[in-house]
Amino acid sequence: MQDAAGAVVAFEHVTKRYGRSGGPPAVDDLTFTVAAGEICVLVGPSGSGKTTTMKMVNRLIEPTSGRITIDGQDVMSLPAVELRRRIGYVIQQVGLFPHLTVAENIAVVPGLLDWDKPRIRTRVEELLDLIGLEAGSYADRYPAELSGGERQRVGVARALAADPPVMLMDEPFGAVDPIRRDRLQNEFLRLQDKVGKTVIFVTHDVDEAIKMADRIAILQRGGTLAQYDAPAAILAEPASEFVEHFVGADRGLKRLSLNRVSDLELTRPIVVRAGDDRAAARGRLRDGDGAGYALLVDAEGRPIGWIDDDELAGDGTITADAARAGAVTVEPETTLRDALSALLGSSVMLGVVVDERERVIGLVSVESISDRLRKAGSPT
Amino acid sequence: MELFGQGIAWLADPANWTDPRNGIFLRLWEHVSLSAAALAAAIAIGLPIGVWIGHTGRGATAVIAIANIGRAVPSIGWLGIVFPLTLVAFGRGGLGFVPSVIALTALGIPPIVTNAYAGMREVDADLVEAGRGMGMREMDVVRQVEIPVALPVILAGIRVSAVQIVATATLAAIVGGGTLGDFIIQGIFVRALDRVVGAAILVAILAILTELAFSLLERRAISPGIRRGGQAAPIEPGGVALPRVAG
Amino acid sequence: MNADEPFIRFDWIIDNLGQIGQRLGEHVLMVVASVLIGFVISFGLALLARSHRWTYGPIIAVTSTLYAIPSLALFVLLIPITGLSLTTGIVALVLYTLLILVRNIVVALDGVPPEVVEAATGMGYGPLQRFWRVELPVATPVIVAGLRIATVTTVGLVAITTFIGLGGLGYLIINSGTRRFFPTSIYVGVALCVVLAVVADLLLLWLQRRLTPWAAAQGR
Repeated sequence: MQDAAGAVVAFEHVTKRYGRSGGPPAVDDLTFTVAAGEICVLVGPSGSGKTTTMKMVNRLIEPTSGRITIDGQDVMSLPAVELRRRIGYVIQQVGLFPHLTVAENIAVVPGLLDWDKPRIRTRVEELLDLIGLEAGSYADRYPAELSGGERQRVGVARALAADPPVMLMDEPFGAVDPIRRDRLQNEFLRLQDKVGKTVIFVTHDVDEAIKMADRIAILQRGGTLAQYDAPAAILAEPASEFVEHFVGADRGLKRLSLNRVSDLELTRPIVVRAGDDRAAARGRLRDGDGAGYALLVDAEGRPIGWIDDDELAGDGTITADAARAGAVTVEPETTLRDALSALLGSSVMLGVVVDERERVIGLVSVESISDRLRKAGSPT
Repeated sequence: MELFGQGIAWLADPANWTDPRNGIFLRLWEHVSLSAAALAAAIAIGLPIGVWIGHTGRGATAVIAIANIGRAVPSIGWLGIVFPLTLVAFGRGGLGFVPSVIALTALGIPPIVTNAYAGMREVDADLVEAGRGMGMREMDVVRQVEIPVALPVILAGIRVSAVQIVATATLAAIVGGGTLGDFIIQGIFVRALDRVVGAAILVAILAILTELAFSLLERRAISPGIRRGGQAAPIEPGGVALPRVAG
Repeated sequence: MNADEPFIRFDWIIDNLGQIGQRLGEHVLMVVASVLIGFVISFGLALLARSHRWTYGPIIAVTSTLYAIPSLALFVLLIPITGLSLTTGIVALVLYTLLILVRNIVVALDGVPPEVVEAATGMGYGPLQRFWRVELPVATPVIVAGLRIATVTTVGLVAITTFIGLGGLGYLIINSGTRRFFPTSIYVGVALCVVLAVVADLLLLWLQRRLTPWAAAQGR
């Protein structure tokens, strides 16, 4: 099945007041347009109305005035349940139904749309494949039997099930630890490259916004739009004191988040495997410019750790437990900021870049990151 | 222990089972049919009320307060309350089956209502929102999300109610409803403790079988994705029901 | 009873206030005695279950089984042992309180947050002091919740003791009510049972609020 590409979502003078009409607005006269296929991140302090803004798109909350259109059609012109079946929805706690299996969870919206069984089954398999979970071993599991990251991925698959042009994501990675969050973010970016949905994404984390967004909408208390622009523009030219303050004093450092590991030229590590001859490995280590370290990998090409001259001394073959220091890994989608932070925590100051299957594809060093910054011009 | 032996001996005598006017088979049938009718009525009334107030939150305080007062009425009290009313309403037909069913139904409703309510309330608000956000109608949310997730608590309420009804059906004997309780009442009056013990054993077995049958049903009906293990919850007033001692 | 008999005869109530009061007094006495004795025994069993964890399963199994025996039958079964006496009634009533009380006391004490226990230990409380000054107070709301259920249950059960010649308000419901087809007596008995249950419940709730003022914010 060909996935439908995104749709244009437009907010026109949208205002929301709770309670009696006299109260202060939660969202005040918002006007902005999210282009088809873009990720728009709504970010702001609590009380800025970012979640309210998002929930007005699928009418979990209805606007007091103004209108929201999807590809030109007013969301109020459709019955709410029909509208919602055309919009993917991912929430922070994932909200997988605990009494349904993974396959049944993904099949909820297709079921509401009365798809026939074979079509649903095909779609479920397609989606499990898309999120990298093997249908054979995952389809019949229950959410309680999944890890937090797997649950999150199933939540995304469920939202994609009926192939909606628009996805709403409410702090989808808010409940996972920082390392796993980085992974899930990377995974989602790869997925988005394939499906090209229009995504409205809520977070309170500026770094996440910079990493994920094509465009960021910064909201401030009282529900007004402080700035709506690409991440680079927001970092370079904050529109107001509020934005400058909200983005933080380390704007220069945050610009590192605009570039990813995949933007760097990666160097090749000197790779050795368990079972290799020690003397030969010593020779390769001396000839190469690997800063005196060789990378020990397993049979699949996944990194085990670093190994140096001392550990290669003597005759015989290298054993799997010869590595002296663990390897820090990053992914191509990791931002330079996160990569730098990871490198500084590594004893050899090198990061191993791995692909989706954790196989080694190259190395990043502190020097390669600073080279990149020098070429891009000095940070403000 | 000697008394226990006498009870077994009474149960072992086939003549005690087959007497068409006062046999164990007859009383057992009265006991089971009375209990089944009362449970069916209690479910038919209690379940929709509990599910509705659990889903909407509307009227919950009043309904739960009434259910709690209902729990404070002694089991024997329900028979006492109902019996004069049915006697006036139905004349001679107001003896036996009718007041017993009504009393047992009244007794069976509170745990069903409170558990259905508590179960529905416990359902994570995120799940309900996820359901709505995916385009479920309110009825879909109730049927496909809230009830399945609340099912362990709902069924536990029905189980408690069933066990309570089966145990209390014993008391129906007082108003001429027969049941195994008849042997206990007879026995107390004619000082024939063998049949008191025998009937008590049967009632206890019946109550335990009811408990087992419903536990089995729960295991089959509840999704394996929902496991309510872990830490035991305290028993709280107005909370999830525990069977009360009855009969 | 004939159809002319009114459901409530106030003149009977007024004429028999003495008897009604006496039955009510009996009822209250049996409830208080049973719950108090039951609480003392349950507290001991709960402490045993906590210090020797393996005993918890058997304790719950035995008390659950006792709980499943129809009360009418249990009262009668005790007659050969303790006779037609108040003792028989109290013993049976006490047995019925055990399941609820033991379970709630254990769950309550288990529910004391470990960091609270650790903080108390770190501040230099000995095990005994820590139990009385920290763990028990923190566990009190849940323990009282168990007491409330046990009390309301017992109020209803006392009525059944009529069959062994006791009964409190149950005497009004069964003997002078149902057996003699006299609704006034039934309704007086039932109404007083409900009032007694509600009053006892509120008293315990009030007691809990007094004992644990900090828990008031959490309700219940």
